[in-house]
Amino acid sequence: MSIDQATVRKIASLARIAISDAEAAAMEGELNGILGWVEQLGEVDVTGVEPMTAVIPNTLRLRDDVVDADPLTGGNRRDDILANAPAPQHGFFGVPKVIE
Amino acid sequence: MSDYRIKGETGEWEVVIGLEVHAQVTSNAKLFSGAATAFGAEPNTQVSLVDAAMPGMLPVPNRECIRQAVRTGMAIEAEINKWSRFDRKNYFYADLPQGYQISQLYHPLVGEGSLTIEEDEKAGIPEPKRIGIERIHVEQDAGKLMHDQHPTMSYVDLNRSGVALMEIVSRPDMRSPAEAGAYVRKLRSILRYVGSCDGNMEEGSMRADVNVSVRKPGDEFGTRTETKNVNSVRFVMAVIEGEAKRQVELIESGGTVVQETRLYDPDRNETRSMRSKEDAHDYRYFPDPDLLPLELDDAFLAECRESLPELPDAKRARYLAAGISAYNADVLTAEVESALWFDTLLETGAKPAAAANWVSSELFGALNRLGKGFEDCPVTPAQAGELLGLVADGTISGTIAKTVFEKMLESGDAAGVIVERDGLKQTSDTGAIEAEIAKILTANADKVEQYKGGKEALFGFFVGQTMKAMQGKANPQVVNELLKKALG
Amino acid sequence: MTELTNLKVAEIRDGHRAGDFSAVEVAEAFNANVAGAKALNAFIVETPEHAIAAAKTADADRAAGTLKPLSGVPIGMKDLFATNGVQTTAASHMLEGFVPRYESTVSAKLWDAGCGMLGKLNLDQFAMGSSNETSYFGNVISPWKRNDGGNAALAPGGSSGGSSSAIAARLCPAATGTDTGGSIRQPAAFVGISGIKPTYGRCSRWGIVAFASSLDQAGPMARDVKDCAIMLENMAGFDPKDATSLNMAVPNWEAALSSDLKGKKVGIPREYRLEGIDPEIDAMWDAGIAMLKDAGAEVVEISLPHTKYALPTYYIIAPAEASSNLARYDGVRYGLRDLPQGAGLQDMYAATRADGFGPEVKRRIMIGTYVLSAGFYDAYYTQAQKVRTLIARDFEQAFASCDVILAPTAPSAAFGLGEKTADPLSMYLNDVFAVPASLAGLPAMSVPAALNREGLPLGLQIIGKAFDEQGVLNAGLAIEERAGFNARADKWW
Repeated sequence: MSIDQATVRKIASLARIAISDAEAAAMEGELNGILGWVEQLGEVDVTGVEPMTAVIPNTLRLRDDVVDADPLTGGNRRDDILANAPAPQHGFFGVPKVIE
Repeated sequence: MSDYRIKGETGEWEVVIGLEVHAQVTSNAKLFSGAATAFGAEPNTQVSLVDAAMPGMLPVPNRECIRQAVRTGMAIEAEINKWSRFDRKNYFYADLPQGYQISQLYHPLVGEGSLTIEEDEKAGIPEPKRIGIERIHVEQDAGKLMHDQHPTMSYVDLNRSGVALMEIVSRPDMRSPAEAGAYVRKLRSILRYVGSCDGNMEEGSMRADVNVSVRKPGDEFGTRTETKNVNSVRFVMAVIEGEAKRQVELIESGGTVVQETRLYDPDRNETRSMRSKEDAHDYRYFPDPDLLPLELDDAFLAECRESLPELPDAKRARYLAAGISAYNADVLTAEVESALWFDTLLETGAKPAAAANWVSSELFGALNRLGKGFEDCPVTPAQAGELLGLVADGTISGTIAKTVFEKMLESGDAAGVIVERDGLKQTSDTGAIEAEIAKILTANADKVEQYKGGKEALFGFFVGQTMKAMQGKANPQVVNELLKKALG
Repeated sequence: MTELTNLKVAEIRDGHRAGDFSAVEVAEAFNANVAGAKALNAFIVETPEHAIAAAKTADADRAAGTLKPLSGVPIGMKDLFATNGVQTTAASHMLEGFVPRYESTVSAKLWDAGCGMLGKLNLDQFAMGSSNETSYFGNVISPWKRNDGGNAALAPGGSSGGSSSAIAARLCPAATGTDTGGSIRQPAAFVGISGIKPTYGRCSRWGIVAFASSLDQAGPMARDVKDCAIMLENMAGFDPKDATSLNMAVPNWEAALSSDLKGKKVGIPREYRLEGIDPEIDAMWDAGIAMLKDAGAEVVEISLPHTKYALPTYYIIAPAEASSNLARYDGVRYGLRDLPQGAGLQDMYAATRADGFGPEVKRRIMIGTYVLSAGFYDAYYTQAQKVRTLIARDFEQAFASCDVILAPTAPSAAFGLGEKTADPLSMYLNDVFAVPASLAGLPAMSVPAALNREGLPLGLQIIGKAFDEQGVLNAGLAIEERAGFNARADKWW
């Protein structure tokens, strides 16, 4: 199936990427080229085949319920969390005002 | 069957209610990181690199969160899925650092279960009702936005970001605000018995998304709206009442209900549409490739099951079987703290029915007065057991017991000590009682006449006079017998 | 004494240990090469002070008798690995200026092993690309030139193009790479060096900027097989911070290296004989087959029937995962924020992401968003994950009759910069031989095998069973010994 520019704009909006009309026009062709090509997968008979869930057989390990056991995955490091923030505000991240 | 109906211009409407309750899992650390979950910390202090979604960060699930969700599932007699999986729910918002929430759409941890709400005639619930629970899945909480700190900015605090939630999804089985309220209360009670959620609605540990639709009885389900993040039983009921009325008025005036997300404003007691979230319905769920399928082994499940406490329904049944009234059984089992306190009291040998009466009247009354709860109860079950023992073996009367209890609360002394010290033991000394009776009968010769003339109700008067003369310490049974004899 | 920058990892390690030179001398020599090779644009950030500091520690450790496995070895770090206190960009405008306060597990392991860092290596933006042309910080240029007398700038391959170019130009003896669909192997092949992508889960992904989580895997790039083994030993290992990390001991791959392949069977997948492919690629492949026979291996033909579907499968799964993995770049907590006058939150997202991502990254995010969107999920994503199961099953069945698989690494030698940028699909086709092993999570490496008639390197790929990096390295070693590849690019930069 092929997508039109309205769909391109809808996807861009879902992905939160601003695009101009010219970009949407260019992307329409590119995306259709790629999607048309990947659609050959439809011809594969996958009857009874399970979608892959783990590429290498492995079981999910669970973590112990311990706070700050490892500083790399623990809290209490606000300065590090905020170090690269574009608009740090009194210990918070600042964003343009949100109206809910 | 609930007979709750909205009366519209075109006739009566039935309300159909389903609830998605988000319950914060009781755990020390977050669902996928080692940051703390405690309430009320300084902003962004309980945030790990993982919770802030720094580049290259990865989630590793917390065993305790999984365990608590499984135990909760067992408590509602649900199917536990030994194979489940985490999915990503993709949307953009400032309180969602990853740009997706790790949740479980396709393969939830807990499947179909149910709970039963008790009959409550006054609330229009004529008989116990089973409410289906479709699933429980585990997911991450979002952070928090503050809008009132700066004129042009909102502030983001990620302390809650990544805290484990259970989303408990009911079937659309409820038909009145009262049923929904009873459901939330029962669910909260179960969660608190299990210990999987503290049930603290003020702190946001439990909130409900309220799905409401209306229909003419017997019709297909109508279109539902979802009111998000309602954080008290009272508000849940208010939302249902208001929303059902709004929908009926809308339909009857020729409009149609749109499936949408709404927000409740408790100050104005009304809901309004959340337009800001409307374009976000395409969540592009897919299995989280950072995580493998979650597979639970039998030993894990066995531990979950063995660690479950006696649950409210079982406890209530046990109390009823022990001769405790239905009212007292309900009161005692509603909160886990009172039930555990009462069970400890029973272990002292207290007689169930009498003990239940005493707790639900005397102790509840005292706690109310003192503004305390069972977690900081001023008397221990052992102390209460001693007091009740003194009543049961006739050492003191029920009336004196009230006095002794007051003194216990004041002084902290044991009941036996107080009774001994203040000379409150009731007497069965027939000589002393007969002497008092003789005086009373003499002083009230007219009433004796009337009694003998057939006014038997006066017997209570003589008992009261005698007890008063004995300063409440006479054994009431002995008083009765001696009076009957004296009055011939 | 040979020029220190001509030494390989093992030679530096052993020579330093023996006292032939100091680690500081080595670091200074490589720092000088790095500083003198701006024309290649292989580094986004140079960190000579880091290399010198590690070298001083190495020299002190030698004096104290506390040498570590890689004391004195300076390396390059692909700029996809978070490095504490050093800008980490994934070659994007989005992360320009981002300085992490944490260290990726793999880089931390290398520093713990005694390595020093010469700098952060350029790459395709967010590792998306096969030519290093999608970097926000400009193309990397291969040190190689065609022997046609022309001066065309060639692609170093991608996405680990800074790594490949820097090693080939002797700016570092080894570097880290990451491989999602060939990003270690293809650039290694393009510049005549070796590189191995281990089994998925061998190297922790913690702290590596994610592209496609179910495919991303770190691995080393170096000048020969032994150096790859040494590096990999110091990069791999269980990490409790990565839920997909393999909880297995790291073998002593270097010590067990052996090019004697007696008793081993080498599978030749018939579906990798592509119609219309450059005959030189097939000729090199045949030469490789002869070399492995010479090493004692038995050669068997095998079939991987779903090979032709690997690329389309990859181009659904990788963009789908990427579209979600890259959602965190929103201008709220770090990185670029583009806030047009009066913009609200959602406008800020759209502006930031439009400005912060390059065209190829946007294209893949768009594809990924589309294939996951309502109504298309099953047709694209679920179907692709099912085909992926079939592709993995193909390998499983093939490995019933062989120990390793031999194939070309790429369908061509290095192409010129700009030659393939107009058509994304032609660029994607470059990974046709590399992607199947990625989809199946299998260990695979590229070793240089020959020069083509233009004088450019060609690489052979060995794919092994899950966890059998040793088998892959050994077969690679057998080719390396027989191919005798020792060509290097003439210095023009």
